[in-house]
Amino acid sequence: MNVHAIRAIYHFEMARTFRTLMQSIASPVLSTSLYFVVFGAAIGQRMGAVDGVSYGAFIVPGLIMLSLLTESVSNASLGIYLPKWSGTIFELLSAPVSYVEVLLGYVGAAATKSVMLGTLILVTARFFVPYHVVHPLWMVAFLLLTAVSFSMLGFIIGLWSESFEQLGIVPLMVLTPLTFLGGAFYSIAMLPGAWRQIALFNPVVYLISGFRWSFYGVADVNVLLSTAATLAFFLLCVAVVAWIFRSGYKLKS
Amino acid sequence: MPDSTPAAPGEPIVRVAGLSKTYASGLTALNSIDLSIERGEIFALLGPNGAGKTTLINIICGIVTPGGGRISVAGHDIVREYRAARALIGLVPQELHTDAFESVWSTVTFSRGLFGRAPDARHCEQVLRALSLWERREAKIMTLSGGMKRRVLIAKALAHEPQVLFLDEPTAGVDVELRREMWDMVRALRERGVTIILTTHYIEEAELMADRIGVIHRGELIVVEEKARLMRKLGKKQLTLQLQRPLAGVPPELGAWPLELGDAGHALIYTFDAQRSDTGIAQLLRRLQELNIDFKDLHSSESSLEEIFVNLVRTRS
Repeated sequence: MNVHAIRAIYHFEMARTFRTLMQSIASPVLSTSLYFVVFGAAIGQRMGAVDGVSYGAFIVPGLIMLSLLTESVSNASLGIYLPKWSGTIFELLSAPVSYVEVLLGYVGAAATKSVMLGTLILVTARFFVPYHVVHPLWMVAFLLLTAVSFSMLGFIIGLWSESFEQLGIVPLMVLTPLTFLGGAFYSIAMLPGAWRQIALFNPVVYLISGFRWSFYGVADVNVLLSTAATLAFFLLCVAVVAWIFRSGYKLKS
Repeated sequence: MPDSTPAAPGEPIVRVAGLSKTYASGLTALNSIDLSIERGEIFALLGPNGAGKTTLINIICGIVTPGGGRISVAGHDIVREYRAARALIGLVPQELHTDAFESVWSTVTFSRGLFGRAPDARHCEQVLRALSLWERREAKIMTLSGGMKRRVLIAKALAHEPQVLFLDEPTAGVDVELRREMWDMVRALRERGVTIILTTHYIEEAELMADRIGVIHRGELIVVEEKARLMRKLGKKQLTLQLQRPLAGVPPELGAWPLELGDAGHALIYTFDAQRSDTGIAQLLRRLQELNIDFKDLHSSESSLEEIFVNLVRTRS
């Protein structure tokens, strides 16, 4: 294991994060705060409680997940896409590293940033809505697992993308709809019959449900199922990345 | 991890056997290349654009996947023992692929770490000073000129103290001053035992720098030879006589020698094989005297590597 390489990649990526602090931290925190103001404080006053939780508090886990998913994907995908785009990837390909070190460096840094962001949003939310956390350890576990899994997904998207347009299309066309329809703003129990069944095919439902359970102890789907689904997604991403690096797909000619 | 048990002395540091590469597009870039690079030598890979020089280098360095064949670096197979092999290699690519926003210092220390070496500020400082980059260590790479970026790439390649350095077209688009500095640096590295493999299509560069030269053309290595021997073996010598009075044609009495007239009949040019013990010069001069053909000056010249190269490539195509 080339520990020096992991450290080098991780520091390189974290330096990039801190260089673009406004864009990478401040802007998602600001946009999430706006959601809290609009849906939590303003509209939430006129909405009934969901599963016995006030609407403003109900949307906190969903909104954190929303930011966590999009930021993990965009940060990790940009991290590996930039060297491909600028050509500096030659150094990574010629270095004595396996995909394990590359993943630990890039995905580790992207996930670190997402977790920082999630924590920051959690603290910010306190200014707008009262919430509580019933299972703090589970909450941290879901936060970490989601950050890592979706950073991994972002890493795959970055490897696959051949243009900045492609880089933006998956988060925009796939992730945003899945998150909005994944119960960030409602319980899927609120959906009419058939839609409830369809919603269960959306992997994000399991994440948000599990995360919300760690806050309030209520869930759309069983928490163990949520954990299993998240872990399965994580393992799938690892397998895909391993295959990409072994085969050189889109990396080597 | 860096290799602590280098291959036995005398064994080639890079060994390429039967290497072929056909790209997905169907282009055959390399055709059954066999090549051994000796430890500590400067080897120039010479060939026109598109000959396969960069493909060969990129395969050895791990950037392009090999087709058929085997490659080892200091005895380590580049596929099975890629960590040991790659830790020994430094690569300066042809294109100026650099980060934009990183500082010179951070990109060089990054490279050292990436290649598995513990941080060593003193070594990185030495590398930067040797390349006149020390004063600019805090500068963002995007603010540097093309020549300075080239230096940064060299510094990155040297950051992990490689034993084999690949320079892909190192002096393409580089000004005279930097080119000279680079040549000095290459010699200094060789003094320290670093093996250097450079590609170039500047023939004078190969002629000036290399111990051995390999000529690659259309994916085939058509000759690998010590520079001096290559020039001796394939070189021709020419004797040029500046005549007192111009000749209209080569006199039939001189038909035994391959002669040409040049300079509108003012010069008589004799091409001969320098390897032969009997060059025929003495007889020619005697014969000229008998025929009363006077000359005011004479000089002989060897063909340059350029002429050898052009001939080699021409006979192949």
